[in-house]
Amino acid sequence: MFSDLPLLSLVIWLPIIGGLVVLAAGKNDVLVRWLALIFSILTFVASLPLYTGFDSGTYQMQFAEQMPWVATFNVNYSLGIDGISMPLILLTSFTTVLVIIASWEVIQNKVSQYMAAFLIMEGLMIGVFAALDAVLFYVFWEFMLVPMFLIIGIWGGQRRVYAAIKFFLYTFLGSVLLLVAVLYLYFQSDSFSILDFHDLRIGMTAQVLLFFAFLIAFAVKVPMWPVHTWLPDAHVEAPTGGSVILAAIMLKLGAYGFVRFILPIVPDASHELDWLVIAMSLVAVVYIALVALVQEDMKKLIAYSSISHMGFVTLGFFLVFSIYDNTNSVAGAALGLEGALVQMVSHGFVSGAMFLCVGVMYDRVHSRNISDYGGVANTMPVFATLMVLFAMANAGLPGTSGFVGEFMVILSAFKANFWIALLASTTLVLGAAYTLWMVKRVIFGPVGNQNVAALQDLNGREALVLGTLAVLVLLLGVYPAPLVEVMHSSVGHLLEQAVSSKL
Amino acid sequence: MSNMNFEMPNFALALPEIFVLCMACVVLLADLFVGERNRVVTYLMSQATLVGAAILTVGLHTGETQMTFGGSFISDTMGDVLKVFIYLVTAVVFLYSREYLRVRQLFTGEYFVLGLFGVLGMMVMVSAHSFLTIYLGLELLSLSLYAMVALQRDSIGATEAAMKYFVLGSLASGMLLYGMSMFYGVTGSLDITEVSAYLAQSHDKNIVLAFGVVFVVVGLAFKLGAVPFHMWVPDVYHGAPTSVTLYIGTAPKIAAFAMVMRLLVEGLGDLHMQWQGMLIMLAIASMAAGNIIAIAQSNIKRMLAYSTIAHVGFLLLGILTGTENGYSSSMFYILVYALMGLGGFGMVMLLSRAGFEADRLEDFKGLNQRSPWFAFIMLILMISMAGIPVSVGFWAKLAVLQALIRADMTWLAVVAVLFSVIGAYYYLRIVKLMYFDKPEDTSPIKPALDMRVVMSANGLAVFALGIYPSALTALCVAALK
Repeated sequence: MFSDLPLLSLVIWLPIIGGLVVLAAGKNDVLVRWLALIFSILTFVASLPLYTGFDSGTYQMQFAEQMPWVATFNVNYSLGIDGISMPLILLTSFTTVLVIIASWEVIQNKVSQYMAAFLIMEGLMIGVFAALDAVLFYVFWEFMLVPMFLIIGIWGGQRRVYAAIKFFLYTFLGSVLLLVAVLYLYFQSDSFSILDFHDLRIGMTAQVLLFFAFLIAFAVKVPMWPVHTWLPDAHVEAPTGGSVILAAIMLKLGAYGFVRFILPIVPDASHELDWLVIAMSLVAVVYIALVALVQEDMKKLIAYSSISHMGFVTLGFFLVFSIYDNTNSVAGAALGLEGALVQMVSHGFVSGAMFLCVGVMYDRVHSRNISDYGGVANTMPVFATLMVLFAMANAGLPGTSGFVGEFMVILSAFKANFWIALLASTTLVLGAAYTLWMVKRVIFGPVGNQNVAALQDLNGREALVLGTLAVLVLLLGVYPAPLVEVMHSSVGHLLEQAVSSKL
Repeated sequence: MSNMNFEMPNFALALPEIFVLCMACVVLLADLFVGERNRVVTYLMSQATLVGAAILTVGLHTGETQMTFGGSFISDTMGDVLKVFIYLVTAVVFLYSREYLRVRQLFTGEYFVLGLFGVLGMMVMVSAHSFLTIYLGLELLSLSLYAMVALQRDSIGATEAAMKYFVLGSLASGMLLYGMSMFYGVTGSLDITEVSAYLAQSHDKNIVLAFGVVFVVVGLAFKLGAVPFHMWVPDVYHGAPTSVTLYIGTAPKIAAFAMVMRLLVEGLGDLHMQWQGMLIMLAIASMAAGNIIAIAQSNIKRMLAYSTIAHVGFLLLGILTGTENGYSSSMFYILVYALMGLGGFGMVMLLSRAGFEADRLEDFKGLNQRSPWFAFIMLILMISMAGIPVSVGFWAKLAVLQALIRADMTWLAVVAVLFSVIGAYYYLRIVKLMYFDKPEDTSPIKPALDMRVVMSANGLAVFALGIYPSALTALCVAALK
């Protein structure tokens, strides 16, 4: 029934047009909020047929659209999704609705620009996931920095300007190398189509250079240790909505780049250098978790926890080579890759929820310091229940979504190398340590001070947002099958590309 | 000289030049008779001249390459396209300048007459096909510019700038002329066709030719403002009245591109290996110095001057590839740069008023609160200058980079993008001032209607061309076929 509609274009452009409409609505804050909500919900509804109409039996790109764009450089407006990008698009359109509801009363300054920035960003992020032309990908990827820069810089906290500029320059540095790499591939293949890049045969030296260009671009965005330092600053200074979008979706863009560009385009270099990425991932998992442990600021703690969790994602991606070498079967490697992809979606829900929880407290007390709280459970019982649930998911408790991905990755790690698996499993201890210790200090114990005593429990709007996320976290935790099923064919195809030599 | 056959030149090919020359004289005379209050007549006549020239150029366009005046004048598609853009850019310069000049008691006929003579000089540079014609066009342009900078003769800054510009500009012209004389010495001709034919035949690489290339490249680098011959650029941009800075910073760059094409590519194309190395050094030095020094500036005109230097570096990258792809990319780049430069300096003029220049970075503080629309326009311009999509500046950078990679100079592309990351910082700082800071100056921004409309169109054009660059890129490719 939807086969004739250009659905992908719709979910990209609807929020962008919505953003412009919201900007035009200008000073009337009430109207602006409702318009933004309506546009975000419409986009979410429009993105649903991508799931219902999705054929999980094939790895081919679906809902494909293609039009010439810039003939001189052979650039096409070409879109399409597979089982890897589709869940991420749904995650984006869903999270944006939550973010807009969550900022309903909190943002009082330049409401229309705030809402417009988020809507435009939604369209751009979906564009990144749907683009099949490398230049189109790059345009979405890069332009996204502008609204995010403004969001951090205008509505952020004390050191917002520093954080905004750091965020921008770090990610810009990464992406310009991506541009050079893409242009090099264009020179080789005479096409900007990412799928054509996948079929390209490239020599080893070129593969290694391309690998590093891609790695820098995507590692900055993920972010991987040691290029992660922009993230805590950006998170701490961004408004709650900005943090949620950053953690839930923007970090996934980097990880998505790994599976769309690095693994299929430069498989031999990835195979050769997988130890490097695995080492960087393990440092993120272990060392960054220890850093998270000593944080005083709740947002910083969650930011470091995000880096640690994203380490799991990149670990899962790059374990495939040694598993394949050890077992000589693609099936074993698929577990790690699927685990990493599930972890991406799960982290989207959990980290978003954690930042929203901090936002709820920050709106009331205007502090993010753990020491300014204590005994919140006494005054905000409903909130405390939800926050503890999300904390458990963050620590990877079975039954929550956080468990599924991590478990799959650790399980596959054992097939690769015992020591890698052992180091990776420390996350279960360390993750529990930093999350639960924070929860203990913030939520439990006697009422800490006057501010906490005066706290009001969640209002309906906040309860709706957090409640929805709680349901999803549990649902994905006990029944991840629908998510794993849609990615199955695409993951299988990706693995075949990753293990076949392109030399 | 037994064979004295005098061939009547085909004046029709130079009709736009002849028209502009006549009109410039008419405007000069007419300006004597219109009073102070009717000065707008001079302005309108100047604009009409540009429109007329555009009509003539487009009307006479055949798509064929034709020569006249004994081979010293060429009419081809590249020339016609560049000329039309020169008219367009100059017309916008005049439009932006009108109110600015009026408020400062500089709204005199001289500005427009000199501007038109400058346009004539640029047209000659674009169409010149002999070393001497190129030099004539260049001097006509330069002399007009020196005088325009000095137009505000009571201002110490402007006088100083004019003096520096004149001395350094003359030095550069001297270098260029010296280099040309060496080529004349070796080849026995000043005609670009003949010089190029000689170079194609002779395989002995004469040492004089090597010196000639050096001097010609130095002269061109001076005129383009490439490092290390850039010293005049910041001082002149800063010292001159903004309306003149706007003029110097935009249209003459297009003409300079044409001059590089005629001299280096059409004339000395066979010495490509000789000038390529020099251009690589000039390009890297320009991108490095331009982008890094721009960070330290507190005056936006100076900052944009250093940004121009960095853009010139990028422009040279396309040319030094020595491929048609590279030339058309550079042409696209320079046209895009002219459009962005118009917007950037235009915005400084839009924010200025009587007794207030709006040329410090702080003057952009809180622009988003004072005027969200113009802050948005400036945002687009800054994004475009930094080369971030979706803006036409991104496509310009993409075009040059892909030409570089095609010419197997990927390392240079990497150097270029790394410098553009440094460059992004100072463009972002303007965005930061506009959007993150509180305004210090809350006086309302009330530009004239024409200024408001054209400024908006200028900004939106940068955006629209970013979404759909095909037409312009295809035009540049066609122009160089």
